[in-house]
Amino acid sequence: MDILTWTYLLVGLSFVVYIGIAIWTRAGSTQEFYVAGGGVSPLANGMATAADWMSAASFISMAGLISFSGYDGSVYLMGWTGGYVLLALLLAPYLRKFGKFTVPDFVGDRYYSNKARVVAVICALFISFTYVAGQMRGVGIVFSRYLEIPIEWGVVIGMCIVFFYAVLGGMKGITYTQVAQFCVLIFAYMVPAIFISMQLTGNPVPQLGLGGDVADGTPLLAKLDGVLADLGFAEYTSGRKGMGDMLMITLALMVGTAGLPHVIVRFFTVPRVKDARLSAGYALFFIAILYTTAPAVAAFGIYNAINSTSEKNISELPTWVQNWQKTNLISVDDKNGDGKVQYLADPATNELSIDKDIMVLAGPEIANLPNWVVGLVAAGAMAAALSTAAGLLLVISTSVSRDLVKTFNPGISEKKELRIARLAAAGAVVFAGYFGVNPPGFVAEVVAFAFGLAAASFFPVIILGIFSTRINKEGAIAGMITGLVFTIGYIVYFKFVDPTINTPDHWWFGISPEGVGSVGMGLNFVVCYVVSKFTPAPPQHVQDLIQNIRIPKGAGAAQDH
Amino acid sequence: MPETPNKMSVYWKKNLRTLLILLSVWFVVSFGFGIILVEPLNQYHVGGYPLGFWFAQQGAIYSFILLIFIYVIRMNRLDREFDVHED
Repeated sequence: MDILTWTYLLVGLSFVVYIGIAIWTRAGSTQEFYVAGGGVSPLANGMATAADWMSAASFISMAGLISFSGYDGSVYLMGWTGGYVLLALLLAPYLRKFGKFTVPDFVGDRYYSNKARVVAVICALFISFTYVAGQMRGVGIVFSRYLEIPIEWGVVIGMCIVFFYAVLGGMKGITYTQVAQFCVLIFAYMVPAIFISMQLTGNPVPQLGLGGDVADGTPLLAKLDGVLADLGFAEYTSGRKGMGDMLMITLALMVGTAGLPHVIVRFFTVPRVKDARLSAGYALFFIAILYTTAPAVAAFGIYNAINSTSEKNISELPTWVQNWQKTNLISVDDKNGDGKVQYLADPATNELSIDKDIMVLAGPEIANLPNWVVGLVAAGAMAAALSTAAGLLLVISTSVSRDLVKTFNPGISEKKELRIARLAAAGAVVFAGYFGVNPPGFVAEVVAFAFGLAAASFFPVIILGIFSTRINKEGAIAGMITGLVFTIGYIVYFKFVDPTINTPDHWWFGISPEGVGSVGMGLNFVVCYVVSKFTPAPPQHVQDLIQNIRIPKGAGAAQDH
Repeated sequence: MPETPNKMSVYWKKNLRTLLILLSVWFVVSFGFGIILVEPLNQYHVGGYPLGFWFAQQGAIYSFILLIFIYVIRMNRLDREFDVHED
């Protein structure tokens, strides 16, 4: 069978499974819609969290990003996994004990203020919308590249699928669909990685293959350093970014991860506090399977790509180059007219440009793997994009129905609240789809926003809310607003107002916009603490609430007001 | 609640000490070995990996998983000891 048939077959089959699960797990109450009834096992929740967390960007783009940045790419690997340690140790168990449905719920109750709740809702909505637009675009790209239909149709089909199971199933439907999606995506990522590792290093485990030797007996990484140095590039295993900036970006990504509402909400779905802790461990284990394989895929990919193209005759390039030239992900321009490809660091003489996404998408073809593997990668990329989109849509619909409508109309019936939640989810799908079809040029830039904002807004007030009994509503509101305004200001200034000066020389203390969330977080902590010192302590019932969430006993299922 | 406030503050202090120790390790394996000390560590090799590079792209992540599971075991034991565990 050819690639297209395999792709239709595997992607179609995976869709049938997702829809089947959605019908089987239809949500009947707000509790099931928001937190899956609180009855998900830690192992299943770990898998669902992993699928929720690993987006189209993790699946398609991250390995390629590392291919071209080498050691500097470590910020993503450590940043997007290290946050789970913070989540497990500092947030998940206490928020589970608190036992409501959302992050703004916690902020509103702990800081006994609807103002604080509204600030938190705005942050949650902004972070989730930024994120979901990118996911829909990912869905569209996969459809158009693999199924050879226009990108708009790809987005519409993706919207229909997500609409179906997020709106119908709520958190319950999403959780069990995500378990299936995790299995699809991790299998699809590992199969080509294992094959390529075998071919290059003779070791079937990619994590070991990356530290292994190539055919001539030299270590792969040393060989790669040499190849890149010959072409004028920096060494793969040494850094180009400043150390201070590396530290700041890694910290911002870690803290941002721990502050993302669609990740935090997952820990409300397990039955007990000890399950929330364990579930974070499982989640990181499942995420780490992909995150420790990605650096291997990255190094194998760039090594293979250079070996099969550099100094080769243009007429004799391998077929994958021709296939992917059609999508403009790779292009050859024989500038010096010698009929050969020169891949060089100097943009004036370089004749080959490779898009980062190709390392994963074309991986199976570069390694001459069978056609079904290509179809599998397409199904995996779809699973990654759909699972994240669904998780985000749920946060959006919950924020609207519960944190906004219910806060100001406390008497609303459960049936009506559920209907508003479904309507909000439907609205969010259409909104996300619109940005998938007409992507604003700055999608890549705004991702820095999502992490920076989560780091600078939520993380400090949640941590202080649990570990300090003195922090009050004045401190929390002032802290969130300071962190938010500072971070938005810095990013907007360098990314949009004056992008020409977005260079290390102009950054404050050499901190890039990607890493500025760490500074915003620091400011938030300081302002929160100082303002609280000069204003009255929180009332007794809040002090009791804090004492109560610190001990696991008596958690029970997530409760409504 | 049968627990006295005093007993609970001992529980909370022990919890904070656990967090402090585990988060110190978290900091050292990632920010320490993976970024600040990466150059000196790269003088050593494990297989084909320079050691600092290994920490940044592999070792830190393995350590993170280990840290969470150590935390789970330690806290389950602490919860039982202070009789605040769930059924």
